[in-house]
Amino acid sequence: MAVVTGTGSDTRNPIARLWGNKKARSVIVQIVTMAVVFGVLALLYRNVVVNLAAIGKEFSFDFLNAPSAYDITFSPFIEYNSRSTHLRAAAVGILNTLLVASCGIVLATVMGFIMGVLRLSKNWLVNRTVYCFLEFTRNVPVLLHILFIHGLVVTQLPVPKQAMNFADSFFLTNRGFFFPAPVPEAGFWIVATVFAISVVFVIAFGRWAKKVQDETGRTYPVFWISTGAIVAATAVAFLAAGMPLSWEAPALKGFNFKGGVAIKPEFIALWLALSYYTSCFIAEIVRAGILAVSYGQTEAAYAVGLRPNRTLQLIIIPQALRVIVPPLASQYLNLTKNSSLAIAIGYMDVVATIGGISLMQTGKEMETMMIVMLTYLVFSLIIAGFMNWYNKKMALVER
Amino acid sequence: MAEATQAYEVGRHPELPPPRSEVGVLGWLKHNLFSSPFNVVLTLLVVWFLWTVIPPLFEWMVLNSVWTADTRKECWARMAVPEDGACWAFIKGRIQLFIYGFYPHPLRWRVNLSFVLLVLAIVPVLYDKLPGRKYALWYAAAFPFIAGWLLVGGFGLTPVDTDQFGGILLTLIIGVTGISFSLPIGILLALGRRSTMLVPRVLCVLFIEFIRGVPLITLLFVAATMLNYFLPPGTVFDLLVRVLIMVTLFSAAYIAEVVRGGLQAIPRGQFEAADSLGLTYFQAHLTIVLPQALKISIPGIVNTFIGLYKDTTLVLIIGMLDPLGIGRASLADPVWLGLAREVYIFVALFFFICCFSMSRYSLYLERKLHTGHNY
Amino acid sequence: MSDVASPGSKPGFSSDVMIQMTGVHKWFGEFHVLKDINLTVHKGERIVICGPSGSGKSTLIRCINRLEEHQKGRIVVDGTELTSDLKHIDTIRREVGIVFQQFNLFPHLTALENLSLALIWVRKMPKAKAEEIAMNYLDRVHIPEQAQKYPGQLSGGQQQRVAIARSLCMNPKIMMFDEPTSALDPEMIKEVLDVMVELAESGMTMIVVTHEMGFATAVANRVIFMDFGEIIEQNDPHNFFENPKSDRTKLFLSQILHH
Ligand SMILES: Nc1ncnc2c1ncn2[C@@H]1O[C@H](COP(=O)(O)OP(=O)(O)O)[C@@H](O)[C@H]1O
Ligand SMILES: [Mg+2]
Repeated sequence: MAVVTGTGSDTRNPIARLWGNKKARSVIVQIVTMAVVFGVLALLYRNVVVNLAAIGKEFSFDFLNAPSAYDITFSPFIEYNSRSTHLRAAAVGILNTLLVASCGIVLATVMGFIMGVLRLSKNWLVNRTVYCFLEFTRNVPVLLHILFIHGLVVTQLPVPKQAMNFADSFFLTNRGFFFPAPVPEAGFWIVATVFAISVVFVIAFGRWAKKVQDETGRTYPVFWISTGAIVAATAVAFLAAGMPLSWEAPALKGFNFKGGVAIKPEFIALWLALSYYTSCFIAEIVRAGILAVSYGQTEAAYAVGLRPNRTLQLIIIPQALRVIVPPLASQYLNLTKNSSLAIAIGYMDVVATIGGISLMQTGKEMETMMIVMLTYLVFSLIIAGFMNWYNKKMALVER
Repeated sequence: MAEATQAYEVGRHPELPPPRSEVGVLGWLKHNLFSSPFNVVLTLLVVWFLWTVIPPLFEWMVLNSVWTADTRKECWARMAVPEDGACWAFIKGRIQLFIYGFYPHPLRWRVNLSFVLLVLAIVPVLYDKLPGRKYALWYAAAFPFIAGWLLVGGFGLTPVDTDQFGGILLTLIIGVTGISFSLPIGILLALGRRSTMLVPRVLCVLFIEFIRGVPLITLLFVAATMLNYFLPPGTVFDLLVRVLIMVTLFSAAYIAEVVRGGLQAIPRGQFEAADSLGLTYFQAHLTIVLPQALKISIPGIVNTFIGLYKDTTLVLIIGMLDPLGIGRASLADPVWLGLAREVYIFVALFFFICCFSMSRYSLYLERKLHTGHNY
Repeated sequence: MSDVASPGSKPGFSSDVMIQMTGVHKWFGEFHVLKDINLTVHKGERIVICGPSGSGKSTLIRCINRLEEHQKGRIVVDGTELTSDLKHIDTIRREVGIVFQQFNLFPHLTALENLSLALIWVRKMPKAKAEEIAMNYLDRVHIPEQAQKYPGQLSGGQQQRVAIARSLCMNPKIMMFDEPTSALDPEMIKEVLDVMVELAESGMTMIVVTHEMGFATAVANRVIFMDFGEIIEQNDPHNFFENPKSDRTKLFLSQILHH
């Protein structure tokens, strides 16, 4: 190695001399670390091989194509029954994880922003009440919230026979929330098409309004016009096509409701608990983000004549978002990871399906856990990628 | 308002009290509750909400509660209206279970002694003005091992099986172990991640990002179901120890990120100054860089600990009985069916008190940092 | 700072009253900040306000465009009385520009966007026209070449000049400055003061809170001294500096002139 650059008059032995050279030392340290790590990995690998051989298991993903032989009661997206494969069970689980995570993210964001803004209110009573709720909620384990809400739903809501009945179409019971399912009939495609067209039109309108503002300075209430246009066009098409939509109402059959859309109590409990628990952290992030924009910004905006809501839209929110989005993204990730606690109440997410029942039935601990972990790692990578992109895009230009 | 019209000599205008509507109860109400129509609506909504929630809750929890009974039936019979109050008798009768789990009765003095020693170990960590703090800190560092010996036994003490640990004892064991060991490991990981050497850096990044990318429950599953595959054949490893390792590694990854943030906040000049003094890497970090970085990171570290402490409840999913697990198991007791609210509220209060105090302490430190550090 | 250019013209203000404050009081909680303020500002007048820190100078001028609310007395700006009526506040804010000590530029917008924002959203101008006007004003404060930079990329003096331009481009009748040079490094003070002097020469009505006595002597028609929330003394610059009447003014002047 030609890394030794010390003076020739160094009389220490060669090893000491090598060690005294920063660069050489760094290379040695890295080689040794690498050797140790590979050594340990090899050892672990050997252990796994020996241990598996001893109990007659082999490492393979073949089981994924075998029938799972268990039922999943909640599979809103893809067909599944006990003759389906483990792979399909995993897919159902992943989709269920995504479902509860995305619903949770939406609700948590809404609640979090509302509470974060309320925490900044000058209204003492509102401020303190929200504060007490936030402090209590976030200092209690999320698992407890999940179990508690699940308990409430299961024990406090009536059995299907005495369901809380709203207009004979919506039923709240301890078996879940049931409501009519829309069933499209002939001609529904007209409504759908009109809806799609109106969305395209509205997007074009938004562009056009921006251009008009750039050219003439005129502003339109773009949001209201767009919403109105979509609703009106769709409604007219719906009426004109002869209301091609019927509702399949849930009805009590035996001990439970059949038909319609059913939202399971496990989903409701997990969704609500994850949402309000996470929203407490989001509220704190939102509050800090808004506070991070100095009051001088508001004053400067007022001083040039901007009204409070324009100030919010053009000055406060764009600046606050830069502070809010990165920790917000990591809260989204936390919520997704916390949804793995589904297994405690029997919601069939990826941990409960492939990492739970499939694991028990096949004894493939390693393979199933690898699938589960990989799923979450992919979610994490996606969110991390988004965060990097956002930070790069939004970084304030400084000297 | 007589003062308003009165003319004062220039430069001698006295301090006058503000108009009556600006201060006192009236001013406070005006500014804090009724400053705009929207605020009036908000105030009324909250008042209505509190009025419908607080009094019934108070009645249920305190006024109508029953503290002595042997069955739920008896409990509810003692109330004016059944189910109208909390049946704390249930919790009271099982408080030992909630605290010690199934730790053998005659040996519970060892648990109590550990609790006392724990308090003694925490005090010097929290208060930096304690006389002789240096020695107390050495004791605090040794505490996990002393407590481990006391609780598990051996070396002259009757051994106790770890699957008899439970309740608050279990929470504290996992929490304290996780907290004490994850900090040093986390610091090492953070230093590794900032190292100029490629190999350690990549290893640390992979480890940290892997752990932060998966839920704790999957790591606990690994601990419970397959960790033995990785060990030399025939090794038997206590489940509690496996869980402790996982929890520690899990929280170390998060600590590493917090500490990395602290290290990044240290100005370059500090590293250069250390270099120019001729300090080696370890000397520079131990004496100059780390103390500063850790100081900045304390609030984040405490937050990670709070998260870890709350996450100890997850062990119930792999069958260990922390307070929540004990509570869930108790709910199945046929003579006490239907008292879920009492159990959840009790456990929630336990965690709230612990975590809220930790977060208050972190806030106090943060304030101290902001004021005591005017550079 | 005595090398400030002298304004060419003599103060030529008419008797039009731009700002009329009568018996204005303000409290922060129990604290009486402004005590019985009576002040009349005429069109084209240039007023310098000085006084010890905490004497209420900022509060006074912030009351004029309702960044602070006064609790007693009347403030009339160009015929519009300040009440909680939002229309009045809008009108007054359109006529009164303010420049802050800390610049308060919008950091997420370029210099040009900082200027054109209000033209587009408040004055409802086409973007091209707004940018043209904005460019004009950047030119007036001598930094047209910085138009596409973000505030974080500008020096303090440049930022403050962008802030002045941002106020000016709303075409206000009155400009207020709250210690515009206090946050600046000494070498940048002049570039900002120069812009202000040019503005004064153009006949703008100005209220300037500053301790730059050179600027006061050269530009002001009237210097006002405030202490403990009161106007203690007001006079033309020559008499104010040469023959201060009150002891507090003398003390204050001796303190700021001797360092
Ligand atoms: N928002 C506020 N709340 C309470 N007190 C304030 C506020 N703003 C200013 N003050 C107080 O009012 C006094 C006058 O402040 P200010 O007008 O900023 O003084 P100046 O500009 O002359 O230095 C100071 O004592 C200051 O502490
Ligand atoms: Mg001031």
